[in-house]
Amino acid sequence: MNKKTTKLEAKELNAYYGDFHALKSINIAMEEKNVTAFIGPSGCGKSTFLRTFNRMNDYIDGFRTEGDILLDGRDIYAKDVRVDELRKEVGMVFQKPNPFPKSIFENVVYGLKIQGIKNKSVLEEAAEKSLRRSALWEEVKDKLNQSALALSGGQQQRLCIARALAISPSVLLMDEPASALDPLSTAKIEELIYELKSEYTIVIVTHNMQQAGRVSDHTAFFYMGELVEFSKTKTMFTSPQDNRTQNYITGRFG
Amino acid sequence: MRVSEKIIEGLLWLSAVITILITIGIIWVLLSESIAFFSEVSIVRFLTEKEWTPLFADKKFGIMPLVAGTLLTTFIAIAVALPLGLTIAVYLNEYAHAGFKQVIKPMLEVLATIPTVVYGFFALTVVTPFLQGFIPGLAGFNALSAGIVMGIMIIPMISSLSEDAISAVPRSLREAAYGMGSTRLQTAFGVMVPAASSGIVVSVILGISRAVGETMIVAIAAGQQPRLTLNPLVPIETITTYIVQVSLGDVPHGSLEYRTIFAAGITLFIFTFALNNISFWIKKKYQEKYD
Ligand SMILES: Nc1ncnc2c1ncn2[C@@H]1O[C@H](COP(=O)(O)OP(=O)(O)OP(=O)(O)O)[C@@H](O)[C@H]1O
Ligand SMILES: [Mg+2]
Repeated sequence: MNKKTTKLEAKELNAYYGDFHALKSINIAMEEKNVTAFIGPSGCGKSTFLRTFNRMNDYIDGFRTEGDILLDGRDIYAKDVRVDELRKEVGMVFQKPNPFPKSIFENVVYGLKIQGIKNKSVLEEAAEKSLRRSALWEEVKDKLNQSALALSGGQQQRLCIARALAISPSVLLMDEPASALDPLSTAKIEELIYELKSEYTIVIVTHNMQQAGRVSDHTAFFYMGELVEFSKTKTMFTSPQDNRTQNYITGRFG
Repeated sequence: MRVSEKIIEGLLWLSAVITILITIGIIWVLLSESIAFFSEVSIVRFLTEKEWTPLFADKKFGIMPLVAGTLLTTFIAIAVALPLGLTIAVYLNEYAHAGFKQVIKPMLEVLATIPTVVYGFFALTVVTPFLQGFIPGLAGFNALSAGIVMGIMIIPMISSLSEDAISAVPRSLREAAYGMGSTRLQTAFGVMVPAASSGIVVSVILGISRAVGETMIVAIAAGQQPRLTLNPLVPIETITTYIVQVSLGDVPHGSLEYRTIFAAGITLFIFTFALNNISFWIKKKYQEKYD
């Protein structure tokens, strides 16, 4: 194998909600076309950290960061970075499926339309491609004009993934994407993540150890705003270096 | 405990019943007087005659000039209030800081508490002369100024109801839009406003029924001359102002002239009743969408 390149990187990252120190001196480097899982007890800062990669925390009053977040070596908090451009590169899938109250088709092509693409055949092609990628095409191809809200939760979540893929990001952030879904839908999403990693760099937050074990190449364990341990998923689950990691993955707290 | 609950339940029931009785009473008076009117003037004449001159020697009973006046001022009012109200709502929701929002909202509410007679004089003595500066043909009394000022009066209603509707859109939708690389403007008008559209439509309909029922501003600034026209530059009369005009005049009780106000009243009632029902229906139809 040739040498892996670093896609996402945090250097001495500190984040604050007002006076509350939510992320403490985090250093991490994530490889391209790799799945990294963030695990850790509730409130340890997984979502906060994940959302710094597409600057989704910008809208929270009192939130600020110190240190650097690098995407392909560029600081995304630099002054000349436009957040809307950044988010075309770094897509996000949320915990609860959040399709727009529009048709399935309009949901998938939303990102292209706001970029000014109007050509119908281009949009149709992109919609089909993304829906196939997210393994939803067969289920919805005959009802693209129906409301997305009529789909099941699992289908909605795959639609949200399709919507994110349609603007061809290189990074996909997923915050507990399967926690609101039934086991079958969860399995589908996991399968999907497995397939997508050939093209995308994926970061996934999960509370489910088995899930982290199944889908990720690397795992990062967070505790009280600190990155305690970051290593190959196999290594982490078989021989954790830190006591806190060991306690967490064996279920002694969290 | 049990007893006091029964008493409260009884009081609630009583107030509900009183409300219904009053409504029925009003409708009954309206109906009985207008039935008397329509036994003398046919509904066909009422709806098709092009002039409304019940107080003149040559009596004409066509309601259309009053309806046209009402629709014209209402249309102008909404054309002013909807864009401004919606812009304010979007601004407060998507752009304004929490602190600024807390200052501006009460100020908007103040607009709604100004007595309409003040608005009327504002239209007559400020807006009309100002507009005459660049619309030479504008009469001293006209639908345009009355409509514009009425629109200003309705802004807080539309902005505050629309703001409620927009902020009731789940935060997850806003995040979805931002997460896809939408700008603030694209998020606001491409996602939030459409998602809140039922609430916004309701605010507009309530605004319309407020405008249709508005009396004082048009009575002062629009001229009280029934005229079948959609030209906003000339004097007109609305249904409400006609009712005021006759109620204040010395028309003998029980006469045909007197009964015209009930015929006009029931027309107005049908308008606002329909509008309120439409808004109620829209609210109900779309309410479940996000639950
Ligand atoms: N908007 C906010 N304002 C203030 N504090 C916040 C805000 N969001 C999160 N926090 C705090 O920051 C810390 C980290 O929260 P975060 O949501 O990142 O945790 P998490 O690891 O994702 O937890 P969970 O597993 O429950 O999703 C928590 O202590 C939380 O209370
Ligand atoms: Mg979280």
